[in-house]
Amino acid sequence: MEIFGVPLQAFLGQIILGLVNGAFYAVLSLGLAIIFGLLRIVNFAHGAFFMAGAFVAFILGRHLNLGYWSSLLTVPVVVGLFGVLFERLFLRRIYGLDPIYGLLLTFGLVLVIEGGFRVAFGSSGHPFPSPPELRGVWNLGFMVLPVYRAFVIGVAIVVCLATWFIIEKTQVGAYLRAATERPDLTRAFGINVPLLLTLTYGSGVGLAAFAGVLAAPIQHVYPSMGSDLVIVVFAIVVIGGLGSIMGSAITSLGLGVIEGLTKVYYSQASTTVVFLVMALVLLLRPAGLFGREET
Amino acid sequence: MLVLLKRSLILAVVAALLAVPLMPHFIYPVFAMKVMCFALFACAYNLLLGHTGIVSFGHAAFFGTAAYVTGYAMRELGLPPEISIAAGVIGSAGLGAAIGALAIRRQGIYLAMITLALAQLVYFVFLQAEFTGAEDGMQEIPRGVLFGLIDLRSDFNLFYVVMALTGAGLWLVYRIVNSPFGEVLRAIREHEPRARSLGYAIEKYKILAFALSAGLSGLAGSLKCIVFQLASLTDVHWHMSGEVILMTLLGGMPTVFGPAIGAILVSALHHYFDALGAWVTIVIGLIFILCVLVFRRGVAGQLHHMLQERRPTAPSAERRNLKEGQHAQV
Repeated sequence: MEIFGVPLQAFLGQIILGLVNGAFYAVLSLGLAIIFGLLRIVNFAHGAFFMAGAFVAFILGRHLNLGYWSSLLTVPVVVGLFGVLFERLFLRRIYGLDPIYGLLLTFGLVLVIEGGFRVAFGSSGHPFPSPPELRGVWNLGFMVLPVYRAFVIGVAIVVCLATWFIIEKTQVGAYLRAATERPDLTRAFGINVPLLLTLTYGSGVGLAAFAGVLAAPIQHVYPSMGSDLVIVVFAIVVIGGLGSIMGSAITSLGLGVIEGLTKVYYSQASTTVVFLVMALVLLLRPAGLFGREET
Repeated sequence: MLVLLKRSLILAVVAALLAVPLMPHFIYPVFAMKVMCFALFACAYNLLLGHTGIVSFGHAAFFGTAAYVTGYAMRELGLPPEISIAAGVIGSAGLGAAIGALAIRRQGIYLAMITLALAQLVYFVFLQAEFTGAEDGMQEIPRGVLFGLIDLRSDFNLFYVVMALTGAGLWLVYRIVNSPFGEVLRAIREHEPRARSLGYAIEKYKILAFALSAGLSGLAGSLKCIVFQLASLTDVHWHMSGEVILMTLLGGMPTVFGPAIGAILVSALHHYFDALGAWVTIVIGLIFILCVLVFRRGVAGQLHHMLQERRPTAPSAERRNLKEGQHAQV
């Protein structure tokens, strides 16, 4: 069976691959959106924390023999704590300024983190084994699905839903939304907004590190693995807007699939298609798909 | 005291400028030329950042495109340098107008992300195009003979040509900033809705500012291509976009020629500490962080601020304190 001259097997395979990429975009854009919503800072270092997550898992596995599952739980905490430290020491100082300084400050952090890992581990990739429980493939009859990829997609969807639930349905989420709308008033009600900011940044960073651990078995672990990704995520954020969680998750998965399909039909454009879509959206709907303009 | 400080400053600047033509006798001329290219690049970039208040995170696209266009014209088409440079400048100015027209549909932080994404698009186009040599870059570009008279294969000849063109470019930047057009750009920076309500077609001004900044960045890129006989992916990579922001920030965003100081410092850092490899990236990152946290005026902006601060009667001093590091026009 063929779809527009492409075997069904290859077609579905690329859709799955696209969904996997989309899943990473979704988790990363989610973290960006939460951080931006509250801190008014576009965290350029999001990709660097993603990479740091993969590397810390790699280091823990190599030197402490820590297994994949323990890494998946501990690494986000470790990297998240680093994020907390960074927020307390540096980010905090520029809250009053134009948001662009946040972008520049975190850009400087990218150079430091990436340079650090490059000094320690070189520029080339290190292989990372996938957990034994998730090796192998499922034969669905019409296609072969690697178990780990299915796992990543599933986990990403769960993470997105959980984040949505926490923000929309819990007490902490209510504080968070209140502080996003009116930080001064929220503070007046006795809620510790500065602490909330720190925790938000820490969780966003932890989420990026979590995605990094998830990605490690799929990609090799190398210092620039995050920054190329984060630029694509920026384009997605421009398309979907930073305002809505579900919006950014759906945009991410959709663009992942579009990217996968481009690989099937015109592979030269697969690296650029997201940027082209962004340009098109800017032409047709300047405010973005879920447009609520925030600057 | 103040007068003394000011005079010694002016003296230092004049001395430095007079020293420029003598430089190839003292330091490696290729390095001196590289510094001039980046000085022009940073000052051109600052047309947008410092003077229009637009943060582009994609200026490597303009720098690199001009380098590739010039390299292609010289190596593949065998055109003389003057036409190749002009082609590079026109190409990057056109690209600047196109990217600018798209990017200004959003503002602030989104605009920065859009320019970054579009520059990445340009990067991938050059990565995949046939003529660019992908990862190896476009190598062994002939330098040629300018106007059929000046042989650029000699570093000395090339040095004075680069000096003249950089000087012309910087003069143009100065003219733009201090023209009525520049005033409108500053009006847009300070209060866009008010500038719009005064009847200025904001979009046209912004796109023109983009094109001018991109074209002058392109001049820097074309010159760099001829100096190194190389156009490579480094020129279009987002690291380059970040670096020009750092040069501008470090040198002094509120000034016209301050970014050139930043360019000298950052280029020197690369040149003299090249052996340290990735450590240079770390140091540049740290400087970036420091600049954003405590040194937002930059070197020239800080000097200017110190000179102004002692004269509280100056009419603009009060405003300058209100909105830190955004005003002076040196």
